[in-house]
Amino acid sequence: MKPEPADRYPLLSVRNLSKHYPLRSWWGGKGSVFRAVQDVSFDIRPGETLGLVGESGSGKSTIGRAVTMLNPPSAGTVAFEGTDLAKLSAGEMRRMRARIQMVFQDPYAALNPRMSIGDYVAEPFRLHRPGMARAERRDEVEGLLARVGLDPRFAQRYPHQFSGGQRQRICIARAIALKPSFIVADEPIAALDVSIQAQVVNLLQDLQDELGISYLFISHDLRMVRYLCQRVAVLWHGRVVELAEADALYEDPRHPYTRRLLSAVPVPNPVEERARLRAAALLPPADPDAIGGLVEVAPGHWVADTRYS
Amino acid sequence: MGQDREILLDVRDLAVAFDSEGGAVHAVNGVSYTLAEGETLGIVGESGSGKSVHVLAMLGLIPRPPGRITGGQVLFQGRDLLGLPERELRKIRGGQIGFVFQDPMSSLNPGMTVAAQIIEPLRIHLGLDGRAARARAKDLLDLVRIPNAGARLDQYPHEFSGGQRQRVMIAIGLSCRPKLLIADEATTALDVTVQAEIIALVQELKREIGMAIVWITHDLGVVAGIADTVQVMYAGRILERGPVDDIFRDPRSAYTLGLLRSLPDLSRGRAGRRRLHQIEGAPPDMRHPPPGDPFAARNIYATARCLTEAPPLAQAPGAAPGHLVAAWYDLPAHLAAEEAAR
Repeated sequence: MKPEPADRYPLLSVRNLSKHYPLRSWWGGKGSVFRAVQDVSFDIRPGETLGLVGESGSGKSTIGRAVTMLNPPSAGTVAFEGTDLAKLSAGEMRRMRARIQMVFQDPYAALNPRMSIGDYVAEPFRLHRPGMARAERRDEVEGLLARVGLDPRFAQRYPHQFSGGQRQRICIARAIALKPSFIVADEPIAALDVSIQAQVVNLLQDLQDELGISYLFISHDLRMVRYLCQRVAVLWHGRVVELAEADALYEDPRHPYTRRLLSAVPVPNPVEERARLRAAALLPPADPDAIGGLVEVAPGHWVADTRYS
Repeated sequence: MGQDREILLDVRDLAVAFDSEGGAVHAVNGVSYTLAEGETLGIVGESGSGKSVHVLAMLGLIPRPPGRITGGQVLFQGRDLLGLPERELRKIRGGQIGFVFQDPMSSLNPGMTVAAQIIEPLRIHLGLDGRAARARAKDLLDLVRIPNAGARLDQYPHEFSGGQRQRVMIAIGLSCRPKLLIADEATTALDVTVQAEIIALVQELKREIGMAIVWITHDLGVVAGIADTVQVMYAGRILERGPVDDIFRDPRSAYTLGLLRSLPDLSRGRAGRRRLHQIEGAPPDMRHPPPGDPFAARNIYATARCLTEAPPLAQAPGAAPGHLVAAWYDLPAHLAAEEAAR
């Protein structure tokens, strides 16, 4: 399976990634293995947003943590600009971290309550640019806060003085401090109020337009994924069952699981939604043990070969 | 809906505050509405809107202190729930009023079998003996489509999946054939396909039992499908309320409009993509609620009066009967002017 874009050299290239966890049996002997992610391959192009959707437990976050080497894969390769991340020394990986960043779901847990937000946003400079003068660092931090739509004078304040949406902006400011080319955003809007979500999504889009950042956007919000992502991978039981341009995936879903997922999204229109509910004989699930390799059914549209249960 | 039916629930000017170190948090500020028998009310709002706190308060479930009910009445079948002693309230709660909350893991007792937890309200409220209650518990698990219900009765909550636990909570909520079911973000933590199954189930049970429902959520899509009436709450107040089709077709509050516009369209491809509409700013600090319309600071249509004087919830001019809005500004006029300028 090699769903590779023909037109552009990928920024990130993931091949046959698996993540297994040994399950210890209760008497302490060798147990079986839990396969959180199995044989997943995808590319992300420069300036592209790839959406990763699937239900809880499907392996979305595991993939996000594996491609950033926060929790390295059990098998398979993650290549960033052609460099196999698993082969890097600790020092080389530290330098690489400047280019690969993460934004998490919970901006409350991510921030250190005892650190002013200016110090928090400045931390990457302290770690990666120890020679940077204090005044320059302060200017950079103020510029970053302004860039994410916060008052630069807030640098002196502490996390408890900010709302959830503002905290996520602070996390994003820190993530872009070292001008990364790739950010894994793991459910970045799931903990935010509806009226705040659009602010954060627009900010992510603006940063991509200006800085050319690529995103792996992990989300269970299928509406927002369609909006933000050029391409989408659907994960089910730790495997990719469909990978396509967003338009193709949403307009012509091929895998029964993708169809099931999309047919379950509520529509904010009473007439349409009531009709959808009446028709909602949920499609039967496919058999997860029968997920095969990806087959290209149309240009760039990959679907797992699956026997229907 | 509702005019020709009996009023089941009549909330009058309910106000709730929580004492905190930084001063009292005014969580609910004069909420009034009625619910008819058999009606489904969808309440939409974000955190701090008062949507959850006000139902917890009416059920006597807010911790006191720090919570305080600072005013109002909640008439359920004519009786004021706020004046009832806890002993009386307990008879209604879980009996005539069933409820389902967001997190089934913390609502279920992990140390008790599912059977014991379903049977408890049946014995208290319906006075069933052990054998009858157990038979009814099995029927209830069948009703919420838990496969192999008889065998699973004696299992513990952790042996059920998240979706199944929420089904168990719904079984408990429905166990005494309530007149009213209150569901607070009951499907929010669930996957979208499980949510769809739960909603279909609740709709079916409603047809069978004929109960009224208060369905609290932040998801306008869910509300669109199940509600007869929609109520939009913000900063402890109702900003808009009315028949579901009218609220979506002809919103009169700038907040409702902002919420509707900020949702990306699932059927819109990349070619037709526009920047997402965003509501600027953040909800007010409820330790110091603004004196006027609580949404005014974020509302581009706000007038000077919005900043100083809270608008009453009243019939929206020219809208469907029962479509109420709390606004000093005229949203349709602004939208028409924008349309004309384009």
